[in-house]
Amino acid sequence: MSALTVNVGRPSLLTFTMPIVAVLGGCFGFITGNIFGQPGLGFVIGALVGAVLAAALAKAPKLNRRKAAWGTAALFGLVGLVFGGVGGLIGGAVVGLSMGWFAVWIGSGQYRAGVPIYYTAGQTLWHNVFLFICAFVFFFLIAPLIPVMWLSFNAQNFFTFTPEMLAFKAEGYSLKHYRDFFSGGGHPLQGLLYGAVIGAVIGGLVQLLPNAERSVRKIVVFAIIGTLIGVVVGKMWGVSGAEWMTPLKNSLIIAPFATLISVSLGTLAAIGLSQTHVPGRQAIMAIMISPMIVPLIISATGMFFFYAPLGNWLQANLGLNQNFVGYLKVILAHAVLGVPFVIITVTATLVGFDKSLTRAAANMGANPVTTFFRVQMPLILPGVISGGLFAFITSFDEVVVVLFVGSAQQQTLPWQMFTGLREQISPTILAAATILVTISICLLTTVELLRRRSERLRGMSPG
Amino acid sequence: MSDSTDTGPVLAADGSPLKQSLARALRREKMRALALIAPLLLFVVLTFIIPILSMLFRSVENQIVSDTMPGTVAAIQDWEAGTGEAPDELVFQHLFIDLFNASEAKEHTKLGTRLNYEQTGLSSLFRTSGRRLDDIGETYQDPLEEIDPAFEEADFWYSMMNGEGGEGLLEERRDMWNAQIGGGMDGDVGFVPSSAMIDMLPWTTTAYTDWAIWAAIEDEDVVAEEEPWEAVYGALGMDLRNPETAAAIAAYDGPGAEQLQAAVANMDQLPQIGFREAFAEMDEDWLDPEVWDTIAVYSPRFTSGYFLTAVDLKLSAEGVTAQPEDRQLYIKLFNRTLFMSLVITGSCILLGYPVAWLLANLPLRTANVLMILVLLPFWTSLLVRTSAWKVLLQQQGVINEILVWLGFVDDANRLILMNNQTGTIIAMTHILLPFMILPLYSVMKTIDPSYLRAAKSLGATNFVAFWRVYFPQSVPGIGAGSILVFILSIGYYITPEIVGGTDGVFISNRIAYHISSSLNWGLAAALGSILLVVVLVLYWLYDRIVGIDNVKLGG
Repeated sequence: MSALTVNVGRPSLLTFTMPIVAVLGGCFGFITGNIFGQPGLGFVIGALVGAVLAAALAKAPKLNRRKAAWGTAALFGLVGLVFGGVGGLIGGAVVGLSMGWFAVWIGSGQYRAGVPIYYTAGQTLWHNVFLFICAFVFFFLIAPLIPVMWLSFNAQNFFTFTPEMLAFKAEGYSLKHYRDFFSGGGHPLQGLLYGAVIGAVIGGLVQLLPNAERSVRKIVVFAIIGTLIGVVVGKMWGVSGAEWMTPLKNSLIIAPFATLISVSLGTLAAIGLSQTHVPGRQAIMAIMISPMIVPLIISATGMFFFYAPLGNWLQANLGLNQNFVGYLKVILAHAVLGVPFVIITVTATLVGFDKSLTRAAANMGANPVTTFFRVQMPLILPGVISGGLFAFITSFDEVVVVLFVGSAQQQTLPWQMFTGLREQISPTILAAATILVTISICLLTTVELLRRRSERLRGMSPG
Repeated sequence: MSDSTDTGPVLAADGSPLKQSLARALRREKMRALALIAPLLLFVVLTFIIPILSMLFRSVENQIVSDTMPGTVAAIQDWEAGTGEAPDELVFQHLFIDLFNASEAKEHTKLGTRLNYEQTGLSSLFRTSGRRLDDIGETYQDPLEEIDPAFEEADFWYSMMNGEGGEGLLEERRDMWNAQIGGGMDGDVGFVPSSAMIDMLPWTTTAYTDWAIWAAIEDEDVVAEEEPWEAVYGALGMDLRNPETAAAIAAYDGPGAEQLQAAVANMDQLPQIGFREAFAEMDEDWLDPEVWDTIAVYSPRFTSGYFLTAVDLKLSAEGVTAQPEDRQLYIKLFNRTLFMSLVITGSCILLGYPVAWLLANLPLRTANVLMILVLLPFWTSLLVRTSAWKVLLQQQGVINEILVWLGFVDDANRLILMNNQTGTIIAMTHILLPFMILPLYSVMKTIDPSYLRAAKSLGATNFVAFWRVYFPQSVPGIGAGSILVFILSIGYYITPEIVGGTDGVFISNRIAYHISSSLNWGLAAALGSILLVVVLVLYWLYDRIVGIDNVKLGG
């Protein structure tokens, strides 16, 4: 496309670039002036600075946007530093960055790069406004998470920024909320050692399986996974009564088991559903998707009435331990909630599955079990894993059902956050939130990679 | 083809007709598919569908009134509700027996709580009356024991009451107890009421049987060795007041005849007032016809009362009427839930449409990078995003701090962005936005951009080309996204609970309140059923428009 774009040249400096950049400068000036109670004066100064900047950048030859933006940012930041310290530096740099970028973007005519040559001024304006609207929506999606992460390093027990934090002074920041979060029991180092050794041993044993590929990489991968699991298990070992570690431990007990149940049952059912002749497929599908459709509060209410007497019955008649029954109830409840996600993702993967492969396998003498594990499973595995991750995150993130079904011994991490938010007890919640965001970034990356791999395997996308 | 017509039906390899063989293979395949599906189907039906159905059943269930007060409920059928008069003596006699039993089993407070949902004040009426019933019994017990000390003795009562032929009554009263306390009253009582006594002293025999079952099974005592509880003396008072009974006692010569005749002779020492007056003395609310209207209206085993309450109506003696002004809140809450869900859906469309368009029209590589910005909030814990909005929106929060610092908002008049509808709408729009963008994006991906170019080359302006050509093709995406967002928001609980305050809460919060705080489970179930019906209708629409098979997750 760019080869076809005709270079329209630079727009007029005096009648176009300078006034527009001056308006932006004026807006920044107005806001800055408002801090000191002089918005009018600020506007005038800002407009002048903008006009001068536009003229100066227009005169400079061969400037790209990045260089101009950083140069202006440095200049403005310096001015800000002189007048307002570290906070001023940051503010000035941000204003400078946007103004410098904007001035070159307007001044060099790059604002027309995205539109066809025949567009009128109004259409070009609309196109760029549209892009700014989209940028605003992306900002709206992501920005709320940033203050949470920033505030989690607060040295004070506040939910708000302290002056020290805004001035970027070291005493305004600390890791104390993270220390609070991780306080309580555990042997992470021992766990790490055991985990690494066990992982490596399993990695080695896997290679001894008949027909397995042999490589050192596999041992390393298993050792790393083992190390990660080992650290977590070691840290959780024997924790009890800690404010955050106990809920985390409960979440880490409940979510994997719930996932295991929903994935194993869900994958089987999805394979059954994808057969050509299934009587009542629509009705069965509707029933299996229903846990996702029914509002959580209704599911929770129904489960509350169902699991309370069931739990009592299990304790009284089978003599099961009260704690065990408590976990069992929550695990089963969460497993049902995860089922629709597994069904949806695995059926979607099976749509692209070539049935002649299983017939070919059967033709060559493989029995159905071998066909499943050696032919079908490897191909639908990405779908199964991403369904499992959905089920995991559903359980890991679930509050309403666990509030109704669980007892205090099964308090999970979201539950603890929920009570914390309702009573606003401590900003440790923000540390917990930051850790959860990190975890979700990891999960998102995994799912995206798996999705692409699955599409590549099915030949649906070149990427 | 022509060859096979001569040789009869086509045969499979094993010699059976091909048609039959194919049908068998098809059946086997169906069975295998069902066998794969069965475990999960069973699991979902058992632990999800049945619990929800049984919860729905609770919204009409009303056994507690007739289980706790079977006699009163039966007797009240002859009383005409809405006449402005409390029922007559007979109903109060039944009430005494029923309520006495209930208070021994500690069930009367549950009944009071149940009826209190319909009329305030009934809970305390039942609770206090339950405590004082012993006193009414004692007003009979004390004079009887003065007339003849034998009335104090366990043997006396046992020898008089025990006999044969009363197995029917025993089982009937055992069923009454089982219904009242939910089972567990089976076993040997060691007592059978005598049929002679049932005929002569019906009230007393019933009360004694009630006590005997309770004493033998719940308290694990020997019936013959214990003095009966006060209700039995009260019941004897009821019998003695009946003129026919006095005549029958005069002719009676079995065990205890002498004492009974003495009691008849000294009737003037027994209380001269009936049970109606005794209850009125205890609490004058018992003569309030409204109390009895409520009991009568809610005596059937199934009631539409909870559903009526859920739509701000009330079941009363005059039929279905509106709730008093100050108790009308559910219609308002439903309307608010629908309104706010619509606003949230609308703002999701407004914000999501441009982004989906951009993602669908950018080169795949750039779109995938930007898609991460949509998916990251989607994958982030709901609690994290809710806490983020709490940090941002509160009065000392980030947005207010910035506005104050910039001088746009006065420090004294900080914006109230949280604990109201604004807070809920902003936070939930953010939380549900990915659910709008993803279906919109997948629909827009399928729209061929050449249509738009064709429209423009035919002379359409940008706007006309978009509105007449592109937009209609993207409507299925808007429909899918809107229904998804609407379904999700209508049942939301966590976010409104934290950022909604009192004005910004949804119907779900009320359901949760009734489940965990007010314990009015029937009403919670009725509210939940209405919500569920709304959601299922929307789900059906979604299925018609999009198809459940086409639900996609994460692009």
